[in-house]
Amino acid sequence: MLLEIENLKLLYGRIEALHGISLHVDQGEIVALIGANGAGKTTTMKAISGLHAISGGSIRFDGTDVSRLRADLRVIRGIGQSPEGRGVFPGMTVLENLEMGAYTRRDKADIAKDLAMVFELFPRLAERRKQAGGTLSGGEQQMLAVGRALMTRPKLLLLDEPSMGLAPKLIQQIFEIITRINEQGTTILLVEQNAQQALSRAHRGYVLETGRIVKEGTGQELLHDPAVKEAYLGVA
Amino acid sequence: MDFAELVRGFPELTTTGLVQGAIYALIALGYTLVYGVLRLINFAHSEVFMIGTFGAIWTWAVFGLDSNSGAPSVPKALLLIALAIVAAALLSGSVALLIEVTAYRPLRRRNAPPLAFLITAIGASYALMELMGTLTQRRQVGAPALLPTKTVISIGGWSITPVQLLTLVVAVLMMVGLDWFVNKTRFGKGIRAVAQDANTAALMGVNKSRVIALVFVLGGLMAGVAAVFSDMKSGNTRYNIGFLLGLKAFSAAVLGGIGNLRGAAIGGLLLGLVENYGSALFGSQWRDLIAFVVLIVLLMFRPTGLLGESLGRARA
Repeated sequence: MLLEIENLKLLYGRIEALHGISLHVDQGEIVALIGANGAGKTTTMKAISGLHAISGGSIRFDGTDVSRLRADLRVIRGIGQSPEGRGVFPGMTVLENLEMGAYTRRDKADIAKDLAMVFELFPRLAERRKQAGGTLSGGEQQMLAVGRALMTRPKLLLLDEPSMGLAPKLIQQIFEIITRINEQGTTILLVEQNAQQALSRAHRGYVLETGRIVKEGTGQELLHDPAVKEAYLGVA
Repeated sequence: MDFAELVRGFPELTTTGLVQGAIYALIALGYTLVYGVLRLINFAHSEVFMIGTFGAIWTWAVFGLDSNSGAPSVPKALLLIALAIVAAALLSGSVALLIEVTAYRPLRRRNAPPLAFLITAIGASYALMELMGTLTQRRQVGAPALLPTKTVISIGGWSITPVQLLTLVVAVLMMVGLDWFVNKTRFGKGIRAVAQDANTAALMGVNKSRVIALVFVLGGLMAGVAAVFSDMKSGNTRYNIGFLLGLKAFSAAVLGGIGNLRGAAIGGLLLGLVENYGSALFGSQWRDLIAFVVLIVLLMFRPTGLLGESLGRARA
């Protein structure tokens, strides 16, 4: 198991946002975490990457407990994230943004190789390499956020709403790329409101409702689950 | 209003204004760096500068020079200045780091509200000022005259003293160096990343605490260099020298666009010039008034300063 979360609890001030969730991600998988707005998807991501302290339970990654580890040290362990809202550094160029992904890495040749790989996945970014991040379109910023997360060379890639705000054609494209990244060997935990796309691409999935996991199964099982269909896929 | 005075003295007023402005600018960088990453006005920065002015004078005292000493030979003087720059920069940098680690960091750990930071900043400023006041019996401390003050280097109709020339050259070098560091090096990128989006910077593996410590040290180094030239310019220092100079440097940072390094440099130089031209025009007793009135009026028209924010342009 690459990631193993047990009974995770998290407080926002005095309000408990996660009431003890457990989930795991195996090496090589795409796992989707779906749920409505405010269910706790992004909060779960913040707990895994270390941006928000947890109040109970444990997070084990790659064999060690990282529950109390600082966020920047988790990156070094191999947790890479494309955050909610993309988090593109607006005053940096596309290239500088991507270089930020390799901030903790020293091997220049390796970094250059990954940069070429990212430019191959997202040719658009190569065209815009000198452009400031803040001037990119929403779709380009999304590509940049995913590409930048790949530059950390993650063992586990956390993607928070990669389809948010994108045109349908672009959504299709970004999910195809996510599948490609996975096929090239990166394990992925994906948070999505677009349950249809996410579940059809994922090996397994979890359904999160108001801070609790209410359902889990393979992507296909969840896609055909009547309750999931009704609540998240917009079909009765 | 004395336009004749302004016109007649224009070249000299420009030179002295630029020199004073360079000192403001070097101090202003410290305010702007810290503001850029923390959104905090580090009021204690004025005392970081003040302690640097003493650091330089102590360094010279170690070599047996005080305000009564005769001027040493030029090469020896340059060496003494270089030593004082290193010593004052290290001292100011250390004091800045000490303030961050002992005063601000504990507040961040506890998620203190912004007001707590502000009061801590003001408290740290007064504590340091009072400490130095007590240690020096609140007396003015003289600096040795290192470079010959009478000699003037003339180029065409324009003349400059060796101290002024050295101030401008070193200040420009420091500013260009800092600009390069922040824009081109890996650590500089870390600073910009934290300024633009601290959470995402952490997701890139940037250690936020280390970046914060780094900006305090960088700001302190700049203030230390400014301190040496302040000593040489005015020939003395005092425990409360940081108060007005710090306030003006802070104003210069706001004038240029707080959080923006180039803005701080431009704001500092501009403030030095405006003050000088203004006091020639209206009389030197109006100097400080002019400086702050210009600040207030300029901010009415450009509330984000001349260049706007840049280190932290990112924050929506």
